[in-house]
Amino acid sequence: MAAGGGGETHVAVLLVELGAILFALGVLGRLAKRFHIPVIPLYLLAGLAFGQGGVLSLSASHDFTQVAAEMGVILLLVMLGLEYSASELRSSLRAQAPIGVLDGLLNAVPGAAFALIAGWGATAAVALAGITWVSSSGVIAKMLSDSGRLGNRETPAILGVLVIEDLAMALYLPLLTALLAGGGAGRVVSAVAIAVGVVSAVLIIATRYGRHVTALVSAKDNESLLLGVLGLTLLVAGLADELKVSAAVGAFLVGIAVSGSVAETAAEVLAPLRDVFAAVFFVFFGLSTNPTQLLPVLPLALGLAVVTTATKMVTGYVAARRAGIKRRGRWRAAVTLIPHGEFSVVVAALAVGAGAEEKLGPVAACYVLISIVISSLLQRWPDRLRSEQFPGR
Amino acid sequence: MGVDIATRVLPGIGVCQELELSSGRRLGIVTRRSGLRDLVLYDDEGDGAAVDVALTDDEANALAEILGAPQLTFRLAVLQRQAEGLIVEQLPIPRNSPYSGRPLGDTQARTRTGASIVAVLRHGAALPSPTPDFVLQAEDLVVTVGTQVAVDHVARILDGTDTTAG
Repeated sequence: MAAGGGGETHVAVLLVELGAILFALGVLGRLAKRFHIPVIPLYLLAGLAFGQGGVLSLSASHDFTQVAAEMGVILLLVMLGLEYSASELRSSLRAQAPIGVLDGLLNAVPGAAFALIAGWGATAAVALAGITWVSSSGVIAKMLSDSGRLGNRETPAILGVLVIEDLAMALYLPLLTALLAGGGAGRVVSAVAIAVGVVSAVLIIATRYGRHVTALVSAKDNESLLLGVLGLTLLVAGLADELKVSAAVGAFLVGIAVSGSVAETAAEVLAPLRDVFAAVFFVFFGLSTNPTQLLPVLPLALGLAVVTTATKMVTGYVAARRAGIKRRGRWRAAVTLIPHGEFSVVVAALAVGAGAEEKLGPVAACYVLISIVISSLLQRWPDRLRSEQFPGR
Repeated sequence: MGVDIATRVLPGIGVCQELELSSGRRLGIVTRRSGLRDLVLYDDEGDGAAVDVALTDDEANALAEILGAPQLTFRLAVLQRQAEGLIVEQLPIPRNSPYSGRPLGDTQARTRTGASIVAVLRHGAALPSPTPDFVLQAEDLVVTVGTQVAVDHVARILDGTDTTAG
């Protein structure tokens, strides 16, 4: 499909392509629901199939999907912020900080080491560290709720790890953004210092003066609330991007600062928007990854997935043991933390977009797919452990 | 009373409350922010769910009503016995009541009389602790606690014969 010459033809082709993409994603969503699998890998695969060098190539809608993908990241992050209240973040931070450090060390180091061994340089190492570090809170929350494990005693420990990862990301993303922009150690240090300052300031403001931030967007009807929150988010994300602190972190912080019932309503009205744009983001990432590059990086991604599956399991096991959970629950926590998803893709997209090692794209795509497959295969294993432990029951 | 309830916060999802029953079994209730509830029975090891029943908001409310209704009547009876001078009466909303189809708050019953409306009986089911935005319907029975004078006053307000307009 080539882009048409005239303006109207171009619009027509754009609409057809966009419509086809969204419709196909709708079908994939139904498939995912039918077979109880996370939908993110399907979106990625769809993008790979239709991207450059793929089965079909889409060109007219490229510019639009690129902007929509940016919006997708911002919406993913603001929703993440809206879901957590500042007090939840602070109490998780206090209770789970040692586990957060263990999680970071165990899971970021393998990524960095793989990138250094592959000879991709320091910046790519930091990016790959982020890709392997952060588990997918979206996939895990969905999995916990679908499999009826929300009431389990190990669940708060699992969620605590996710909260700390998300919070750490607010410091990590500015660091990565500064590294990608280049400009030496001074720039990097100042970007991280700004990020630390801004994140602590927002946490304090959100807990003490959250009402005032909330009052900025509080509105009686959902329509103006939606426009208010979306507008504020894009505004702050844009400013954060201008300051090279990362647009995504700006959006995340807006989400945290908005609190109370306004946050709940905002999450409700933003959710459909997030679903559309986040789906486009995953597809766009697949689209801009050349599928012919997948095979050469497969061994690397597989190795990375196997190593970090083990390290994630150690993290989950230790977190649950620390929370006083018995053996079976520890293993449940261990396998739950395996899947990687949205955040790994966000980091890879950021790095590749800024011109870092381009193999990071296909590696992240493969890695996310493999980690989700491994986690689906292992999910039921701790339950089998029970029948082996207690054959009489 | 006297049931121990342990509360666990689930960041980003909601809250889980766990009840230790006298039989030794434990029961969990997850309240998600979306309004969905999960009723959880724990397995032999105690950490994981053996059974998880997801309930919609309506289903959870229905369950709460069924479980809570006898408790409410019992508490009212106790209240009646304990508080001398206080009476509990079920006041009807007649078809021609000025408040049929209007929110409970419009009656300003507590402000005007000092009596409290503790529940509404509708189609035989008790709806405990109605909020001011609860909309009354004709043939509801409004369970009112207060002094004889106050309760009589509420009755007059509800059937529209009260002359001291609020």
